[in-house]
Amino acid sequence: MTLQTIARAAEGHEIPVVHPIAADGVFSWLWLIIALPLLGAVVLLAGGALAKGALDKVGHWIGTATAVGSFALSLTLFVSLLGREESERQIGQHLFTWFQVGGLDVGLDLLYDPLSALFLLLITGVGSLIHVYSIGYMEHDERRRRFFGYLNLFVAAMLVLVLGANYLVVFLGWEGVGLASYLLIGFWQHKHSAAAAAKKAFVINRVGDIGLSLAIALMFTTFGSTDFAVISEQTGSASQSTLNALGLLLLLGACGKSAQVPLQAWLLDAMEGPTPVSALIHAATMVTAGVYLVVRSNFIYELTPVAQTVVVIVATVTLLWGAILGCAKDDIKKALAGSTMSQIGYMMLAAGLGVAGYPFAIFHLLTHGFFKANMFLGAGSVMHGMNDDVDMRHYGGLRTYMPVTFLTFAMGYLAIIGFPGFSGFWSKDKIIETALAENWVVGLCALAGAGITGFYMTRLMLMTFFGEKRWEDGVHPHESPRLMTVPLIVLAALSVLGGVLLLGDFVVEFLAPVTGAAEHHEPPLPAIVITLLAVAVVAVGVGAAWVLVGRREIPRVAPTEVSFATRAARADLYGDAINEGLVVSPGRSLVGGLTSFDRFGVDGVVEGGSAGVGGLSTILRRVQNGFVRSYALSLLGGVLLVVLALLAVNLA
Amino acid sequence: MTDFVKPVIDYFELLPLLVVFGVACLGVVVEAFAPRSARYVAQVVLALAGLIGALVAVVLIGQDVEVYADGAARGILAVGGTIAVDGPTLFLWGVILVLAVAGVLLFAERHLDGGVSAFAGQAAALPGSEAEREAGSRGLDHTEVYPLLMFAVFGMLLFPAANDLLTMFVGLEVLSLPLYLLCGLARRRRLLSQEAALKYFLLGAFSSGFFLYGVALVYGYAGSMDFTAINESVRNDTGNSSLLLIGMGLLSVGLLFKIGAVPFQAWTPDVYQGAPTPVTAFMAAGTKVAAFGALLRLFYVAFGADRWSWQPMMWIVAILTMIVGAILAITQNDVKRMLAYSSVAHTGFILTGFLGVQASADLAPGEVSALQAVLFYLATYGFVVLGAFAIVSLVRDSGGEVTSLDRWAGLGKESPVVAAAFAFFLLAMAGIPLTSGFVGKLAVFSVALAAGAWPVVVVGILASIIAAFFYIRVIKAMYFDEPVGDGPSVVYPSVLTATTIALGAAATLMLGIVPGPLLDLAGLAGQFLR
Repeated sequence: MTLQTIARAAEGHEIPVVHPIAADGVFSWLWLIIALPLLGAVVLLAGGALAKGALDKVGHWIGTATAVGSFALSLTLFVSLLGREESERQIGQHLFTWFQVGGLDVGLDLLYDPLSALFLLLITGVGSLIHVYSIGYMEHDERRRRFFGYLNLFVAAMLVLVLGANYLVVFLGWEGVGLASYLLIGFWQHKHSAAAAAKKAFVINRVGDIGLSLAIALMFTTFGSTDFAVISEQTGSASQSTLNALGLLLLLGACGKSAQVPLQAWLLDAMEGPTPVSALIHAATMVTAGVYLVVRSNFIYELTPVAQTVVVIVATVTLLWGAILGCAKDDIKKALAGSTMSQIGYMMLAAGLGVAGYPFAIFHLLTHGFFKANMFLGAGSVMHGMNDDVDMRHYGGLRTYMPVTFLTFAMGYLAIIGFPGFSGFWSKDKIIETALAENWVVGLCALAGAGITGFYMTRLMLMTFFGEKRWEDGVHPHESPRLMTVPLIVLAALSVLGGVLLLGDFVVEFLAPVTGAAEHHEPPLPAIVITLLAVAVVAVGVGAAWVLVGRREIPRVAPTEVSFATRAARADLYGDAINEGLVVSPGRSLVGGLTSFDRFGVDGVVEGGSAGVGGLSTILRRVQNGFVRSYALSLLGGVLLVVLALLAVNLA
Repeated sequence: MTDFVKPVIDYFELLPLLVVFGVACLGVVVEAFAPRSARYVAQVVLALAGLIGALVAVVLIGQDVEVYADGAARGILAVGGTIAVDGPTLFLWGVILVLAVAGVLLFAERHLDGGVSAFAGQAAALPGSEAEREAGSRGLDHTEVYPLLMFAVFGMLLFPAANDLLTMFVGLEVLSLPLYLLCGLARRRRLLSQEAALKYFLLGAFSSGFFLYGVALVYGYAGSMDFTAINESVRNDTGNSSLLLIGMGLLSVGLLFKIGAVPFQAWTPDVYQGAPTPVTAFMAAGTKVAAFGALLRLFYVAFGADRWSWQPMMWIVAILTMIVGAILAITQNDVKRMLAYSSVAHTGFILTGFLGVQASADLAPGEVSALQAVLFYLATYGFVVLGAFAIVSLVRDSGGEVTSLDRWAGLGKESPVVAAAFAFFLLAMAGIPLTSGFVGKLAVFSVALAAGAWPVVVVGILASIIAAFFYIRVIKAMYFDEPVGDGPSVVYPSVLTATTIALGAAATLMLGIVPGPLLDLAGLAGQFLR
């Protein structure tokens, strides 16, 4: 069967329709990719009751093995997919009917196409590396088995999310990763801050989930189905306002999961989780789910310029917001988290730009997955050597003490600032170029963001690895064990080489069956000029960092006499205050009002009502006095009542 | 004056009536001639055989009956038009006979009270006298209760089938008189029992008087006792309409008294409490079914053309019945009285369905008709109430049955099975989904809504909410309260009572999950034959 496309002349290009062919051969093992880590999670979490001792010893190896197994399978499928005709690269697998109520018929269906193929590689590949790293990182944690169970659960849920062939299955995975994220942020639940951060992430994600679930409900009422295949075929017939609403609701969902403004506040706090979690969930994979959702729903966004514009605005604000936060944070993980927010802003921006941007959103997502996971794990390695201290003001001069960590981190650093030749250079450059071609204001913002990225990443490098030693007493930094450095080396290599995906426009053409092929827009400046400009802006950022941070003494305690801008950035640009003022306190007042109403109004009616009925009952039962003469009298009264009622109604 | 015409008697169609009546008479003969030791077994076997034989006859008639107008009605008018053996009659006969079989099983229970039945050893002996003690020590038993029960069943069968006013009156009396007697035959607490019987008799006679007066007035209006002829007169609007209206009101008094509608409910709690529990169970189920059958036929067939004049009155009665039944039940501390008031409230719910009658042309295809809803409700309620009272008879202490609610506390620990079964019946009465009570309530409320009686339905729903309170209160007492003193003890019954309870519970559960077949059967019965 060939890939169907609907020509939409007005749009100037074709929006591909999801039309999977049945899975056969090696593709029929698709379900196993999810099943392996799921099985791992079940064994590790539920099996503890049966064989605690044995599982505690080998649990981490089981967890790692299932992730690696999934990776091997994903790689096999990817190679097989490459061997197929372009028109046969959408493969569907129907596992079973999930539920069937009235007109809603939802199957647990999987869809394997170029988009999900790339995600599978990222999730299982980076996931496997992080599993390996965690064996070393979590070695002294007595709940390591449970940690690996949660990690496996996360991987399984994330795979469901990217393999679902209808929005409800995606939602299943979406909620699954939310759960895993909650469990892992709060993994050290004995720390009050970790428990609070987990709760915050959970609550803010619920706000986004409302958007996604409303979108699914709206899809069902509009199209009568939640399948990608059905919806992508019928979006042309839906009204513009419906499509706008769908686009905005999906964006709300994406904002929650991907920490985009205004639902960004949870991501920095989420760094309370163990560092491998930050690397896997809050940098490489889960937080990019929003980007996946927007790209996957291209058949909706392509038809709703309004929602696309909102996506671009949200993305641009976020990429600057996150970058500014990153400049002022002294906590190494929070600085990286701000950077993650900013980089996802880039991806979202590309996704909002439409057909021309989708492939680069995914491309940047992949390269970011490599270099950010690399840097988070590097930060974890540094913390490992510094007795879990996260304050960069207590670091300094670590490059000679932790050479492997330093070198791998440097690869990630060069990649993220977009040093020519490194993976981030290719992906970010493409996004800036596309943005400039579409809208120069957005393009300039993206360009400025690149400069700020250069600044804060250089600041981070300088404070951590260069300059004076500002260590706490009794800290003896040392290189991390092999189990932790090997994943770092692999990820560093990927950070350097990730750009090969762009060779011969591979990623663009590979994704074309999903995202559609863009007609070429001429950027306002020649591409090479834009590239040079971007490099120049980054160089300015790096230089500024050198001047402001590298050449000065770094105080061990953060100075308090600082400019307003620094204060604002340290306070997350008052994101929490905004939430507090706009949502939390009005919400609290509302809830307070409702509780009082419930206590006095509702309870009053209910309890007063029951007291009244009881009282009435006590009075009425006196009539039942046991004397037959009274009963006869009441009977006679009844006769009168009946007869008079009949006469009154009819003779009146 | 026309000459008397000898009526043609359709023996086959009347077979259930004849069998039950014949067995009742035979029971009297057995009582007279069989030795005392053989009477118990003989009577029980005879009664069961008669009832089951009648039930078989009902099924046979149902398969062989004449069908009119493509299933809109079926059956014949037998004995010169005085007895209508039509679809609704057959349905009600079936229900009554099944309930009567269960009633016989409860009557025959001798395991609970140390080898004797629940009935007085010698009814003629004064309570507390030497003669009573002697009868007790000799283990005497009144086996007359079985013929009495059969006569009552005969009345119950005749009552809803009666197609003229006199036959209906005969049915009413034949059904009532044996019940008055049975109510006074309790072995324990005989004074209470006798008081209940006397009250029931006095008030029943009083209301029968009104019924007879109504018969006279309606005859004066229509010039005939026959429902078809009355219908004719009502349709043509001949005669004095005050005569008709007053007559209609007085007739309704007799019937509303039997079903225990407010303001004619005063006897219900006293009689339900005082009567031996097997009698209460049988009476609560059987009388209600039969009397509602008669009420339906009288008002649908004879006065159906004039339903605008009686519907408002029935609205008032239904609303009063639901409210008073539900509210008074709240403060009852006695399980049997609580169930009695609950039965009053249920009368109101059934009346809600009863007044939801519409012209058959107004019904959408497949819509449940008022008759269908009421028939279904009657069948489900019969099983629930029979099972509930059967369980009441199991909870005892040395002084006999324990009916005070305080003493039921902690029953869930003492006997989880019995408590669970009782809780299930209570939930069915409250109309919780997955029980037959829910489907029944849904059916009657929806037909009433369709007929525009929404105020009654609103009151019905409020009453259901209030009613849920006292049902759940019993469940709370059984499961969550600590037992007082030794707590109640549950006497495990013989297979007879156990069968009855199991039958009630199974019917309640099955009709709650798959109500379709019985609803279809009630629909298949079609309309009354005119």
